[in-house]
Amino acid sequence: MARHFDKDIEEIKDLLLRMGAKVEHSIAHSIRALLERDTLMAEEVIERDDEIDRMEVEIDQRTIELIAKMQPAAVDLRFVATIMKITPELERIADLAQDVCERVIELNREPQLKPVTQLPQLAESAQKMVREALDSFVRGDADLARSVIRQDDIADALTEDSFRALLTYMLENPRNISPAIRLTFIGKYFERMADGATNICEMVVYLVEGKMIRHSPPEES
Amino acid sequence: MTALTMQPIRSNRTEVPLMNQTTNDVASATPAKIHVQDFDFYYGDVKTLHGINLDVPERQVTALIGPSGCGKSTFLRSINRMNDIIVDAHADGVIEIDGRNIYESGVDAVELRRRVGMVFQKSNPFPKSIYDNVAYGMRIGGLRNKRRINEIVEKSLRRAALWDEAKDRLQDSALALSGGQQQRLCIARALAVDPEILLMDEPASALDPIATAKIEELIYELKDNYTIVIVTHNMQQAARVSDRTAFFMLGKLVEYGETKTMFMNPQQKMTEDYVTGRFG
Repeated sequence: MARHFDKDIEEIKDLLLRMGAKVEHSIAHSIRALLERDTLMAEEVIERDDEIDRMEVEIDQRTIELIAKMQPAAVDLRFVATIMKITPELERIADLAQDVCERVIELNREPQLKPVTQLPQLAESAQKMVREALDSFVRGDADLARSVIRQDDIADALTEDSFRALLTYMLENPRNISPAIRLTFIGKYFERMADGATNICEMVVYLVEGKMIRHSPPEES
Repeated sequence: MTALTMQPIRSNRTEVPLMNQTTNDVASATPAKIHVQDFDFYYGDVKTLHGINLDVPERQVTALIGPSGCGKSTFLRSINRMNDIIVDAHADGVIEIDGRNIYESGVDAVELRRRVGMVFQKSNPFPKSIYDNVAYGMRIGGLRNKRRINEIVEKSLRRAALWDEAKDRLQDSALALSGGQQQRLCIARALAVDPEILLMDEPASALDPIATAKIEELIYELKDNYTIVIVTHNMQQAARVSDRTAFFMLGKLVEYGETKTMFMNPQQKMTEDYVTGRFG
């Protein structure tokens, strides 16, 4: 039997996916702004963040209305809980892309540091994880969600590697300290994006299987 | 050291004495089908409804909620003058449908009840066939054209989401249908005389959860064509099916507004206490 709430659920899902697309766009442009030293592009990402914030509020309102009117149970309840946890994660990821862009603008006022090869790798890894996290939500694919969670270790390792490379530059020449610290921050931002993708995937597993795998050892999740 | 204690969550609702009842009516974009103004109702000398004011928008579902004896069913039955048949009962004030006061002299109560159909808590099919139940109102209304009656029977059963289950057994007794099917048959019977408004008095309270869900979905679909007023004891049902909710208490309308507001952020403390199950 079709239920009229299914339409509300679809609309909320659609809204979340449109928000997700905007977040992915912000990440992609923050990476390009970083690699191409493009201040203009960085400014655009920062400007567009308000739109993502508005979408987060709209999703929150729609979801609370759904709870008030529908009193969801079982998979509907897990869906609502998932939406309410995924949405702020996405908003935070977008904020991190905005933070990357703020550091890019500062970096572009200083001479360029030698390339840190691990940083673009880390950025791409985080971008891929966010994309796959959203895909796993759309497809209700718990296996994909678990594979994203496993990738978090790679992101952590790349963060550590880029930090070590940057530390070497700082030791080589004190003039490198300022840009290297900003780049260290950027590394941390991408690493946090990967964490956000992991959190989304934990909720996808919960949505599909009803199993809370957060804070449990890998063999149990 | 300060002891950390959990404080009860305090509501910022205003506590309005019932004597000064207020309504929290947000102007609706849809025009009012039913306009109620200063409506009082008496059983003998006992006043059971006190100065009700509300507008029911066209093609929306309006739910009436409140504890037993709050007057919601009396109010519902006032909308098609079903209370006329009660000895010693009388009404003051105005209930307008499409701008005409249904209580003024010269209003034909039978024609009014054709325009304002009613579905009761307990399904009450006639001991006749499914077909004859739906055709009944048309026949007593004077319609004789068989083909036309056939068309309307099918259309009404379709609108009541019963056609697929009943089309091969139209001549079977209506009493052989399940409780949920019987209730949908009563809805089909009400629809067959082409009403504009449907009044429903706890239409699902005697049904199991699946049959209830079907009735709720049906109510949601029917609002495309009809203005619906439903009395329900089940607050969750009011939340699920209605666009607007009116909360009655001791014969007064305490609060009236959009359903989502009534359930997420009611303005009156009494409404909040009722919808959160603190009394009732």
